[in-house]
Amino acid sequence: MPILEILTIPDARLKQSSEPVECFDDELHAFIAELEETRLAGPAAVGIAAPQVGRFQRIVILDCSQTRRPVPHHGHLILINPEITHWEGFELGREGCLSVPDYTGNVIRAERIKLVAQSPQGETHEYEMESYEARVLQHEVDHLDGLLFLDRVVSRRTDLFQRKVYKKGST
Amino acid sequence: MNNWKMVTLVGEDQPGIVAQTTEALYQNSLTLGETSMMRLGGNFSMMMMVSGEGDLSAALAPVAQALNLRLHIDDIAGRLHQHLVPNIQIRVMGADQPGIVARVTGALAASGFNILELESDVAGTAQEPVYIMTIQGISDATVETLQQAVDSLSEEGVDVSVSAIETLFA
Repeated sequence: MPILEILTIPDARLKQSSEPVECFDDELHAFIAELEETRLAGPAAVGIAAPQVGRFQRIVILDCSQTRRPVPHHGHLILINPEITHWEGFELGREGCLSVPDYTGNVIRAERIKLVAQSPQGETHEYEMESYEARVLQHEVDHLDGLLFLDRVVSRRTDLFQRKVYKKGST
Repeated sequence: MNNWKMVTLVGEDQPGIVAQTTEALYQNSLTLGETSMMRLGGNFSMMMMVSGEGDLSAALAPVAQALNLRLHIDDIAGRLHQHLVPNIQIRVMGADQPGIVARVTGALAASGFNILELESDVAGTAQEPVYIMTIQGISDATVETLQQAVDSLSEEGVDVSVSAIETLFA
């Protein structure tokens, strides 16, 4: 199975919005297999989105089951047409990206989200995600909307220090 | 283009320091690498990796003189694309007192912690200053081990919290 070429900055195609998937056929399944192969081929990525390999359809894969420190997760997920329906809280975290080599930056994301997505067979499922997995999903959905984490990087000085102290003091 | 130099420029803050400095470098065919620039206590401080064939001292001397900046140039062995990704973050906050940084970083160094970034500031008021510091770095030691190493400081009113950074790579 071929490893697909990853688009990297400053490729303008990364800014392109992706279209919904309407046809849940064998061709889609074959592409998903190639996308997964590509995700696993490089430095292990916890997620990948179809537009990163130049296919502008709303398809993402994520897998937060292998992190260095265990996090809450739903295992290996293939999400078609994912749509975030609810955002809650916010958290600063460091992100990197297959499409942005040799750079990491701090990004604020919602701490908890709800989403609806379809399976590769077209069945609709709902998910609730938190912390790291929620961050990965938001990172991937951004790709579908033509956004990179670079579009959301905050200054190194931006920190949630006071909020953390507040939380600590209130327990 | 591997003849990188580290250029330090420091002077009283005013608008246009970065624009005039980088324009002078550009006009003399000098290239910027990684940089860090920040206002610290009313001064503007710049640290810049610069490379190129142009005469760096001659290029920057007029700007330094015009803006009253102090200029320092070092030859360095560094190069680009040597980034390390931090796995530990440390937040420090406490009533300002002598030795906070030395004691926190001393305890960390003894645990083999390598600092990649450190930023500190004095908040609060002139009467009741509060020292705030954030450190990001790399360590093989666990969060718990590092937290224990700095815990004795909390008895002295300095709040030090150690947390893991799980960098998302997707």
